[in-house]
Amino acid sequence: MKFSTIKFELNGKPVEIEVPPAMRLLDILRETFKLTGTKEGCGIGECGACTVLLNGQAVASCLLLAGQLEGTKITTIEGLVHDERMNLLQRNFLECGAVQCGFCTPGMLLSAYALLQKDARPTTDDIKNAIAGNLCRCTGYKQIIQAIQKSTESLSDPDQ
Amino acid sequence: MKNFTYKSPASLKDASQLLGDDWSQSIALAGGTDLLNLMKNEVETPTRVVNLKQIKELNKIEYNSGYGLKLGALATIAEIAAHPVIKAKYRVLHEAAREIASPQLGNMGTLGGNLCQRPRCWYYRNEFPCLRKGGDICYAIDGKNKFHCIIGGGPCFIVHPSDMAVALMALDANVTIFDGEKNHTVPISEFYLLPEQDMYRETVLKPGEIVTHIYVPDVGSGEKSGYFKFKERGIWDFAVVSVAVMLRKKGKTIREARVTLGGIAPKPWLEPHVSENLINLVPDEDNVSAICDQSLRNAFDLGQNGYKILLAKNLMKRMILKLAS
Repeated sequence: MKFSTIKFELNGKPVEIEVPPAMRLLDILRETFKLTGTKEGCGIGECGACTVLLNGQAVASCLLLAGQLEGTKITTIEGLVHDERMNLLQRNFLECGAVQCGFCTPGMLLSAYALLQKDARPTTDDIKNAIAGNLCRCTGYKQIIQAIQKSTESLSDPDQ
Repeated sequence: MKNFTYKSPASLKDASQLLGDDWSQSIALAGGTDLLNLMKNEVETPTRVVNLKQIKELNKIEYNSGYGLKLGALATIAEIAAHPVIKAKYRVLHEAAREIASPQLGNMGTLGGNLCQRPRCWYYRNEFPCLRKGGDICYAIDGKNKFHCIIGGGPCFIVHPSDMAVALMALDANVTIFDGEKNHTVPISEFYLLPEQDMYRETVLKPGEIVTHIYVPDVGSGEKSGYFKFKERGIWDFAVVSVAVMLRKKGKTIREARVTLGGIAPKPWLEPHVSENLINLVPDEDNVSAICDQSLRNAFDLGQNGYKILLAKNLMKRMILKLAS
């Protein structure tokens, strides 16, 4: 079995791993680092349950090979546990009923977070586009869009 | 997925050398959104994967007035979709890039990878020893063929899935290829091959060759372009049929036209009859309809895909009339 040594930054901390090059980021997160917030849905880049941030951009961790991580910054849902913007999104997801089974939620939150990092005042269409790569089979999306909208309002409100 | 050795060369020359001369042994990786699925299904089982993303200078998007657009093959689909000059001047490219895939895949996928992605055929992509994989049969002929090609097929009936290729063909783009020693450039209309020319590959690329840049001529005055992709579902799917149109008008008269189609043929399909007959026309619904109705004369129904013939004609009409008005 061939192994590669890969150095990257995971949730703000430098890490070094020795893994087979054919290992996917999704498996590295869940199995090597026990970060199980990142979910496997379809495994072919369609559902968005495995969304993580690579250098700040939403990507599908089921389609990234170990070698592609070299020198990158990877952020998972666990890495944003103390992040103010993420906490706001999480609260609004709860308040709006945007979570049912919860399987899509980490990916959905990360796609929303990536959008808000880029644009603090997105339109409803921007929000819909940002989560267009995340499938949810329970909520019907309406509550999710509302939760993200609510987060943009309070973020852009200078009194809060 | 079978394991492999992973290489990340810093130069094109090293990458070309590592790719070597055997398609089955060594394979190029850019965004990986197509390649990983091919490897998971063991359609591709390379012993070496050559990551191109460490090669500098291939990810830029540059525009110079009077010269045109130079797109690095490693520019991502999301970068192309968001680029302000492309959005303003090259609508067909912008609209095609926006339609390709979800934000996650758009952030990963590259232009070069999009152009070189392998066919969408469920027999090719799954466990069928079909013609394209060295077998004896094209399973689509007697099988499920609602998404297969209506023109240019035989003996294999794939469709080429790239949206970028269809848009770039309407813009008369050129593809620059590095062969290990030097660059050469081919028009995108000559970049793709039909199964009758090569059963196993969709492009003129030879082993060890790498697409480095795409050049798009500058937009002339009076030029308009657009892309429309018809999908089976509302969002994120490969084209059932797509159409890219570039029209240059002077006053009310069309002076230049390029009409290309996706989803109907094993390569992005330039429909010369339509493009030529639009020239010097003052377009209206009747004359554009007549031209489109006369097109695709060699198209044929494999049994379940005949609907694509009418769909393609109607989409051409719709886009031409939209841009002409």
